[in-house]
Amino acid sequence: MAVTTAAPAASDEKELLISGSEAVAEALALADIDVVTAYPIRPYDTVMQAIAKKIANGQLVAEYIVAEGEHSQFEIVKHASTVGARVFCGSSGVGWAYAMECLVVTPPLRVPMLALVGNRALDDPGAFGVEHNDALFVRDLGWMLCWIDSSQEALDTTLIGYRVAEDRRVFLPLALSADGAFLTHSQALTLVPPREKVDRFLPRYDRGDLLLHPDNPITVAPQANEDWVIEIRRQNDEAMKRAYGVIEEAYADFRRVFGRGPENPWFEEYMTDDAEVILVGMGTISLPIKVGIRNMRARGKKVGLVRLRWFRPFPTERLVAALSGARAIGVIDRDYSFGSPFASGVVANEVRAAMYNAERRPPLLSFISGLGGREVTLEDVDKAADMCFAAAASGKSDTKTHWLGVRE
Amino acid sequence: MAALIVEVVYRGIFQKNLAARIARGIVLSARKSGRWGIAFGRYGDSPQRNGIPAKDFAIVADTKEELEQNMARYEPKHTDVTIVLDDTLGKGVESWAWYGLQPINKLTVAGGTVLMTSLRSFDDLLKDIHKKDEPYTLALIRAKASFSGLWVYREDHTEVRMLGALARVAPQFLTLDGVCEAIREMEWGSDLKVASARKAFDRLETRPVRITEGNPEVPYSFEMPKWWEMREGVTIPAIPVGKPKEAGKGYVPERNPYFKKYTTRTMRPVIDFDTCVKCNLCWISCPDSCFDVMPDGTFDANMEACCGCGVCEAVCPVEHCITMVNESAFDDNASQWEAWRRDKGAYKTWLVDTIGNKKVTVRSHGFRFRGQYEEELKQDLDAGGVEITAGIPGENAAHKTL
Repeated sequence: MAVTTAAPAASDEKELLISGSEAVAEALALADIDVVTAYPIRPYDTVMQAIAKKIANGQLVAEYIVAEGEHSQFEIVKHASTVGARVFCGSSGVGWAYAMECLVVTPPLRVPMLALVGNRALDDPGAFGVEHNDALFVRDLGWMLCWIDSSQEALDTTLIGYRVAEDRRVFLPLALSADGAFLTHSQALTLVPPREKVDRFLPRYDRGDLLLHPDNPITVAPQANEDWVIEIRRQNDEAMKRAYGVIEEAYADFRRVFGRGPENPWFEEYMTDDAEVILVGMGTISLPIKVGIRNMRARGKKVGLVRLRWFRPFPTERLVAALSGARAIGVIDRDYSFGSPFASGVVANEVRAAMYNAERRPPLLSFISGLGGREVTLEDVDKAADMCFAAAASGKSDTKTHWLGVRE
Repeated sequence: MAALIVEVVYRGIFQKNLAARIARGIVLSARKSGRWGIAFGRYGDSPQRNGIPAKDFAIVADTKEELEQNMARYEPKHTDVTIVLDDTLGKGVESWAWYGLQPINKLTVAGGTVLMTSLRSFDDLLKDIHKKDEPYTLALIRAKASFSGLWVYREDHTEVRMLGALARVAPQFLTLDGVCEAIREMEWGSDLKVASARKAFDRLETRPVRITEGNPEVPYSFEMPKWWEMREGVTIPAIPVGKPKEAGKGYVPERNPYFKKYTTRTMRPVIDFDTCVKCNLCWISCPDSCFDVMPDGTFDANMEACCGCGVCEAVCPVEHCITMVNESAFDDNASQWEAWRRDKGAYKTWLVDTIGNKKVTVRSHGFRFRGQYEEELKQDLDAGGVEITAGIPGENAAHKTL
């Protein structure tokens, strides 16, 4: 493997050693947000501290409102967004759950807020480690959901996120998920672009005829009965469908302006071209899987990774195209869905559903791992891949969901 | 194979228990002759608000299969019998949903029956009830509307009277003996109630209604927008600022042209513009912003917007300046102020006559003093469970200061 010893090439981007949370805060300053609300809960609180520091340092001018709880925190930004402010908010675990009522009303009101979910296990037991069930609460409600796995991706996707959410065709909230500890508290070298470039990429937030303002007198969220509700849901459905095209556009434009960023917005494909077994996961689980894949390939086992970024909208067609050529698929969930089909995790069931109409359906195995922030080990990855190879040989899906790394 | 579909049109809150009990009683009575049945209400939040027209339904059928066939809808599209528990509902029904104004007989089938409690004459009622392009029968039980409160039920036998009357209307489904047996077995059943049901059976008055008869008004209606025609974000345009009444004076607010709500009204304010002191209290207090400001500074209650709550009468400091009068005394929603301006003397004469008529100024709903329920109930029972008491007139008079 080539080793780079030269200093980084000169660029108009600054290179900073920052955590995922700090990277989000850098992006928020670049996006010149107007209103941010805060209420501390680990691991999300790292971003709220980073924003406060930006404001204290004079790098960002924004209203910083410390709410008395997550419910108010999300309610305040919802209202600020309706009067035209670019807003940011976030939480973790049960804090996110406490805000649930406000989270529910945000998509139908077409509020394009950006929220950082520092993924955290839900109480009980009280725990700080990562699980994805918190953000997944809102998967059916019209929130866009995106998982990131590096500080760089945190910064870039924050900028892309505002561009997508605030597009008039979409106007839906986006929850950006960052694995607690693994990303929120890990500092990595990150490129921070200059403001001029960001300004070229990210237009002003224009709420148009939905702006709550004396010059545009409207009533927001009146009571409605069965004579209106299904039409309102259908509008939300259409907005989420339109998000597909808008996301593609935003990533293409990001590459044009910044000269970097993925070709495929929806998921990262790692060594999938010739892979017989493809593992699927979200978030920082990518790191042990990638290392495991390199080790396995050294032993002649062709394994690849699909790391999902966008969970809502779900990239059904592209994912099916990427997976249906494999001999077996293994989905590793960092979440649970008790009592669901095959007692699988949420992602495994979504992938299964997406594959149902595929011409070719390889055997699909479901794994649950890394709950509560436990390390997903290289051995776990090996074990999962081996089981997938066995399924590939038999040609049969395994109806059991396998828990990796649980003491038994 | 046959089925009987009945709707019970009632006033929200005041009659919600009454309507539900009638619907139950229909099913339980029909069960006595081996029929299957279901009683249900259309669910909504708004019907449980004072006076809003709402509906319960009862379906009875010969077989379970036929019952299911009729149940597989949110609500029936046609009814054999339309029971109306307050004759002011004859002016039409605007429900909580945006359907426009629906004539009270809209769902009634050709040859069906509209069964109503009322003290008014058939011809008087047909001034309110819209024309229908199919003949039907109007059937009356002579009684005032039975109104109670949110958590109380007025046990005045209206429920069993309607069941006894229905046995006469639809004997193939409800026999009088079956009704009486069901009444005895039901909650709070008694022989006195059975007697009331039998009397209602005997006393039911009916009159065929021809297609030429009825209120010729075309009820207002509108098309609902498609999902892609609606504003996004659960937003609606604000009601625009209103305009002066005339010549730059007064103020008439813009109002929602699609959702008027006036069929919620059982009584309306009658205003003495000569004694009005222009204090604004009615205008400020009205929860529906129904008052238009007239060029002379008086206030005219707009009858397309008034829900008839009576708050204006309660807050008005002038004795007899605002008086609530039963809807049955009116045939239209015309402006009182315009009538007063046209001919002040004639208006005064009409006003004095109207507010002096105890029959129409008796409070039609609500309880006004502690012990009222017990007192009225006792009167009902002492009278043999047949007549219904008149209510308490003029209860606000003692609080007037001017």
